[in-house]
Amino acid sequence: MVKLKIERERCKGCGLCVRACPKQLLSLSKTGLNSKGYQPAELGDEAACIGCAACARTCPDVCISIEKE
Amino acid sequence: MSETVFARTKGLREVEMHYCPGCGHGIVHRLVGEVLEEMGMLSKAAGVAPVGCAVFAYNYFNCDMFEAAHGRAPAVATGIKRVHPEHCVFSYQGDGDLASIGAAEIVHAAHRGEKITTIFINNAIYGMTGGQMAPTTLVGQKATTCPKGRDPEHCGKPIRIAEMLATIEGSAYIERTAVNSTANIIKTKKAIRKAFECQMERKGFSMVEVLSTCPTNWGLSPVESMEWLEENMIPYYPLGVFKDKEV
Amino acid sequence: MVRQLIKGCEAIAEAAIRGGCRYFFGYPITPQNDIPEYMSARLPEIGGVFLQAESEVAASNMVYGAAGAGARVMTSSSSPGISLKQEGISTIAGAELPCVIVNVMRGGPGIGGIQASQGDYFQATKGGGHGDYRLIVFGPASIQETVDIMYNAFDISDKYRTPVMILADGLIGQMMEPVEMPEFKSDEEIKVEKDWAALGWEEGCGKSRAVINSLYIADGELEALHERLQARYRVIEQNETRFETYLAEDAEILLTAYGTISRVCRSAVDELRAEGIKAGLFRPISLWPFPSAAMAEAAKAESVKHLLAVEISAGQMVEDVRLAVNGAKPVDFLGHPGSQIATVEEIKERVRALVKEA
Repeated sequence: MVKLKIERERCKGCGLCVRACPKQLLSLSKTGLNSKGYQPAELGDEAACIGCAACARTCPDVCISIEKE
Repeated sequence: MSETVFARTKGLREVEMHYCPGCGHGIVHRLVGEVLEEMGMLSKAAGVAPVGCAVFAYNYFNCDMFEAAHGRAPAVATGIKRVHPEHCVFSYQGDGDLASIGAAEIVHAAHRGEKITTIFINNAIYGMTGGQMAPTTLVGQKATTCPKGRDPEHCGKPIRIAEMLATIEGSAYIERTAVNSTANIIKTKKAIRKAFECQMERKGFSMVEVLSTCPTNWGLSPVESMEWLEENMIPYYPLGVFKDKEV
Repeated sequence: MVRQLIKGCEAIAEAAIRGGCRYFFGYPITPQNDIPEYMSARLPEIGGVFLQAESEVAASNMVYGAAGAGARVMTSSSSPGISLKQEGISTIAGAELPCVIVNVMRGGPGIGGIQASQGDYFQATKGGGHGDYRLIVFGPASIQETVDIMYNAFDISDKYRTPVMILADGLIGQMMEPVEMPEFKSDEEIKVEKDWAALGWEEGCGKSRAVINSLYIADGELEALHERLQARYRVIEQNETRFETYLAEDAEILLTAYGTISRVCRSAVDELRAEGIKAGLFRPISLWPFPSAAMAEAAKAESVKHLLAVEISAGQMVEDVRLAVNGAKPVDFLGHPGSQIATVEEIKERVRALVKEA
């Protein structure tokens, strides 16, 4: 089971992780902004994440971490 | 038992970076931090931040840091390296800083075979000062000091730094990479590792030129910027290894 | 101590090494070339590093790097080269780093000439580069005095984390004089604790990592830097002000001069005294801090009717003389800016004229 964590407050909503995800599992939040006023990235189908870390590698703000259980 | 697939490197301090959304600086900062951590060099590293968007890099890298006057980072790094030859000394510079005002310093750091590593961020524009033309701005590319696009008749064609430094005897490792894709980001990290190793093996000067983006001053979204980089920058600034003294 | 006949520039280099200098970054320019030349041969012998930079701009930034890395480091140049070094010097002052800079002055402005001059007094004592800062500036008058100042310059610079400049005119650099060269300072003497320097750093080692920087952009940071600097400058004024007087006690005409021209003044004083004119000399040794209080005191003496400032310039230090005297007595000026040097005869003539006036 892959556990992907996005630090919502650190995210600037640039969308590079959305572009990088080979499974198209990420999207920018449509429900709310973080305190900086950005739409943070969110993982949709958690179970479908393969933990490839393409998102984390492209994130300029280093706000994604991934663990596998 | 959980296994860490990806975690923030100890090579970066626990502070938020000031860069605009989607700016490539953050990606390269992470790579440099990871390489220093993986090489076990953080306790013996000194970085030199430039003037430009990366001016606050001294707040981000988790090691001894210097802030240099505009363009002089290679000279400052030279002073540090001559005092601490066993330390891993790097300059982190943008294209206005390195290719324009600091052209003499980078050329002569390479010429002396200075055992330092330069991380050169080429995003074809002056970022911090507000999107002025850089020596690396592409022909036709608009900037705030060339509002009609760069005219080569008026101010020449963009300069290829990696190719130029590779011609200098004292350079030992010169590679150009990009941050436009996961694969290229992984290649960039390998290049940075190679460059740092080259320094620690005292082979000579090493530099990694990283093609990066400036969504704010390019007037594009971060995703569009990555595509612009692919379509416009890579054809003019080809990726690859331009100098490897081992080969 | 051995007495030896030695050229000024070479004496500066040897005294610097004996005073703890281990790193030198420079660039060729006349008339200071003997300093880097000497350093290039001598520093490697004692385990130091000499490096010829690609420009004065680069050299001063290399000094910044080495100083931040904890080294005893210096550079030298002559006037146009010192102008180019101002970027690094301002950065070093802003980052509160120690180093020593030697300026063997030639004439300016522009490329000027290569003869001796004192045309860089303003540049040295009033800042030189941009921003509110000071260098500790010494203007020695003999090679022995230059050696003695150079020998201790690193100690002073380290103590105050403030760059020290030795402002020598071209004559000091180029002439030979007998000198007693001091012994090497011991490793213990030159090893100064620098907990702010970039020496390598480990997470959790108890101290914070080094950040060598002259950027103070956050609200209040720059103001705080200047409060720190100004407080330090007041201490330097207390501790490092130096001057010498010669037959000043009962002088009617008080000459003021520093560097080589002060020796011409001294000869003039002797000869004027022989013809019955009570002349004296006030010689600042530290140009910043300027010995204002002592000069004001000397000028206040009832015997003093007139002051005469003599320089190898169009009149620079004279402004500090006038500020010090503050209108208490008239101050006249005699100088040559074009690298000519006032002769004993010329000075005597002017003094005689002032006596007649009085």
